[in-house]
Amino acid sequence: MVGAFEGAHGGATFANVSALVHTENLRHAYRTSIEISLVTALLGAFFGLVIAYAAIREGTPRWVRSAFTTFSGVAANFGGIPLAFAFIATLGTIGVVTQFMNQLGFNVYQHGFTLFSKTGIEIVYLYFQIPLMILVIAPAVDGLRREWREATSNLGASAFQYWRYVGLPVLLPSILSAIILLFGNSFAAYATAYGLTTGVVGLVPIQIGVDLSGNVVSNPHEAQALAFGMFVVLAVMMLIYVPLQRRTSRWAK
Amino acid sequence: MRRFSLSAWLWILSGAAYFLIPLLATFLFSIKDKQTGTCCSLSAYGVILHDHQFWVTIRLSFVLALETIAISLLLFVPTIYWVHLKLPRLRPVISFLALIPFVVPPIILVVGLLDFYRGSPLWFYANPHGFLVAAYVILAFPYVFFSLDAGFRAIDVHTLTEASLNLGASWRTTLARVILPNIRVAALSAAFLTLAIVMGEFTIATLSAFKTFPTYIQYINETQAYPAAAVSLMSFGITWVAMLSILLVGRRGGARAQVGGAL
Repeated sequence: MVGAFEGAHGGATFANVSALVHTENLRHAYRTSIEISLVTALLGAFFGLVIAYAAIREGTPRWVRSAFTTFSGVAANFGGIPLAFAFIATLGTIGVVTQFMNQLGFNVYQHGFTLFSKTGIEIVYLYFQIPLMILVIAPAVDGLRREWREATSNLGASAFQYWRYVGLPVLLPSILSAIILLFGNSFAAYATAYGLTTGVVGLVPIQIGVDLSGNVVSNPHEAQALAFGMFVVLAVMMLIYVPLQRRTSRWAK
Repeated sequence: MRRFSLSAWLWILSGAAYFLIPLLATFLFSIKDKQTGTCCSLSAYGVILHDHQFWVTIRLSFVLALETIAISLLLFVPTIYWVHLKLPRLRPVISFLALIPFVVPPIILVVGLLDFYRGSPLWFYANPHGFLVAAYVILAFPYVFFSLDAGFRAIDVHTLTEASLNLGASWRTTLARVILPNIRVAALSAAFLTLAIVMGEFTIATLSAFKTFPTYIQYINETQAYPAAAVSLMSFGITWVAMLSILLVGRRGGARAQVGGAL
């Protein structure tokens, strides 16, 4: 497995890798990829956390909770081409929601929205990012003991103070490592972006795809250099992730 | 019991809407008539079901999934068994290896594999049952490992093995007749998870120019809108069945649901 990867950049000169830094559109691809990954990781983490908390807290019926965790287990695993199409059918130019808005007299496409753009990709990615967050964070949210909350309110703290001084600090390592997981998940996604835009938005994976299949010009060395760049980004993420994970398990029951 | 919270319900409902509307939209799309675009007709499903290519690709993907499952289990059941029995020190090493696919996702993996296997014989390189299955075994490794590892941790490997060997069973009998039945649930969930992964894997298949089920879906997406909705729904269906099967076998055996990554 490791050997397979070494083959990717082994024996290459530095020329390919340094081209990453010096070529405008490649640099741009990295910037777009990282931007989308950051946005969807942060938004996905936020919404996932809030939904997970809303579904898990006491007072919410148990079936809501099991419905959400079951669905998340499935949704985090689909993605790719069918997901892209589901959103084309929803928010594409003739999508169901788009048409519905048209009938209400509001054409989103005339107001500068298009699904086949960075914003569009972000909306679609959230479809698998939020469930992944719910799955990853649910055990941690579960670990927030009721006694802590009762103790703080007995001591006269407000809900905000509870979150500021107890809830969030306990959850923080889990949230951070989940964000890294989400970042990597979206950074590496190829099929969904390809199915959505067939390569209009230049992400790094899309660029690798173009280089490999090469309708115009096949450029395996650029693909290898790009893949190496992705590997470096993800490896850095991993270096932050592993120690965080160790910290997280301290609170696990 | 705490009071009823309006904001919690608001979040739950908007979350549910965000997840359900695209599925509903795809369904509405799929029952439109392919000529007139009006509701309701099953013609889009007819187009797919009568397409020879649909059956060819879905069959190929299914066979690839079975091969991947067979190889993964043959490879990893004895390995993980042995690690649990004799080399527990190696367990952290293997679970670290299982994190590697996070750093080397399919899009990077395919670049490496295409280059690494360039010199290999054609019966392997140009054959989906060779090249793709090799790639999918790597792709499925973390899921298979975590699933099986949890299964082995739940049973007492040492006692079972010693009892079996003391009664005169060979190693092979021990593995097949004693250990395997005890980790059946773990092996089954690993298998279903692998099935879901292989049936939906697009990146590696398309970039190494093989025609599997997901590449067929993409081809339909680019050419016919309403049948595309139909075939997308079918693909969702396969993922759902596979994942729900895991939950069902897991509920009886007490195993946990898996955390997977989207592709």
